[in-house]
Amino acid sequence: MKWAIADGWTVTQRDLAHWARQPFSVIVNLAFPVMVLLMFAYLFGGSMVVPGGGDYREFLLPGMYGLAMAFGVEATFTAVSTDVTKGVTDRFRSMPMAPSAVVVGRSAADMLNSAAGLVVLVAAGLAMGWRWHDGFARAMAAIGLLLLLRFALLWLGVYLGLLLRRPEAVMALQILVWPIGFLSNVFVSPETMPTWLGTLAQWNPLSATVSAARELFGNPGWGGESWIAQHSLLMAVVWPVLLVAVFFPLSVRRYQKMSD
Amino acid sequence: MITAEGISKTYKTTPALDGFDLDVPKGTVCGLLGPNGAGKTTAVKILATLTRHDRGRATVNGYDVRTQTRHVKASIGLLGQHAALDEVLSARQNLVMFGKLFHLGSSAAQKRADELLIRFDLADAGTKDVSKFSGGMRRRLDLAASLIRNPPVLFLDEPTTGLDPRGRNEVWQAIRALARDGTTVLLTTQYLEEADELADSIVLIDGGRVVAEGTPAQLKARLGADRLEVTVRRAEDLARAKEILDASEVDEPARRLRAPAGQGLAALVQVAQVFQASGIQVEDIGLRRPTLDEVFLSLTGGDNR
Repeated sequence: MKWAIADGWTVTQRDLAHWARQPFSVIVNLAFPVMVLLMFAYLFGGSMVVPGGGDYREFLLPGMYGLAMAFGVEATFTAVSTDVTKGVTDRFRSMPMAPSAVVVGRSAADMLNSAAGLVVLVAAGLAMGWRWHDGFARAMAAIGLLLLLRFALLWLGVYLGLLLRRPEAVMALQILVWPIGFLSNVFVSPETMPTWLGTLAQWNPLSATVSAARELFGNPGWGGESWIAQHSLLMAVVWPVLLVAVFFPLSVRRYQKMSD
Repeated sequence: MITAEGISKTYKTTPALDGFDLDVPKGTVCGLLGPNGAGKTTAVKILATLTRHDRGRATVNGYDVRTQTRHVKASIGLLGQHAALDEVLSARQNLVMFGKLFHLGSSAAQKRADELLIRFDLADAGTKDVSKFSGGMRRRLDLAASLIRNPPVLFLDEPTTGLDPRGRNEVWQAIRALARDGTTVLLTTQYLEEADELADSIVLIDGGRVVAEGTPAQLKARLGADRLEVTVRRAEDLARAKEILDASEVDEPARRLRAPAGQGLAALVQVAQVFQASGIQVEDIGLRRPTLDEVFLSLTGGDNR
């Protein structure tokens, strides 16, 4: 147990060392979501109407926070599949270290990474006039839900990384993550979409987290009438737990299957 | 030090190893030689606890690879087919990280990293990104990383594949030095020259089982007698030389002839005298043992492919 923590920390430190050695790519990774935010706030924002009224930027920012968490799956995928292809995973497996450390270290590093990204986005939001209105505690609960979604998607990233084992496949993943990210309530109300598409968007786990965050921050939401729209707080917990329940065991099995 | 008895392993429906046996005595270098897909990598992965075998029994340093994996892992160093390094980190950061994961403790890991960088002639490049390393440097760092705990047993899976001649020499020297210090080494390779250079004994596998084993000299002897090889200076002498030698093989562009040597050295002296008497100028003449390549091809049926 002592080694599980110590080894996990060593693997996390390895990722933190990456930041120090690649400051440029860190800046790009932190700046990219801010750029998307600026695009939607100022390029398209003028023609956006918030359902039920309100400032579009107030509506947009919780969505952007959620989207940044969803994009994190790409970083996890790339890191996991690169280690498998380079043989680093096999070297770890041939060493007398705690087997859990590879994954514990990876998740800690990714969570730190995403938390840093969220801090930058929140700072950008505050600079643009976005505010939380219902107190610090509820705002922190919203941040907690956002990080919970990131944690759930981490396991999707680990599983896909172990399954596909090719870092180049991140291109394919991006092609999937973007439409799935946009097929949500991040930028517009699902009620503006064709009914079937709107329903899909409402049931997107990202939508649940974003709705819940809007509610907790006291920002304008889209306030749909459907069951899923009425229970976003519940679903913002249920979806991530469900994702972890599916992809955590799948990842463990994949990892063990490397010995077959 | 490394043993395997009747190891079998099937991936889904493809048999990779089929009754594989091995015995590598302590302090020796064994070359595991075979064509692509012969099962070399599977054998190394099983012995290094990365893959579970279906049948048979294998031990490393006296520990069973299936039931005593922790002890096996603590006894081995593994050099896989690709340099297993973090490309973003520096050479030193890589060694320190692996050192900590071998539970050396932070200051001991740093000290060990510096020792290894000096030993593998990488001290000047210690702070450089690994992504800027040459193939040979990368492989040397990879080797250093597998030696952090001075393991008594080292597995090298095609350690010089993809290296230029200089890089290959660097790695060969490092492996020779390790063998001198008493490390037991199992090395897989597709290069016969490599096995010939480094290995005390060679195990030839094909189709997942051992087809021949012995010292390089024994394996060459298995292919039969020595041969006489002559290179003549003038191309116009080739035809006459062929007649005198009763040569079985003529390489015209190289002006080289090969023939069975019969009584060895006596035949060599006799042929030299005949050539001198008939005025054929000889550039090179000698007795040749069959190359490992020829052994390899004849034993793995490679010449039919």
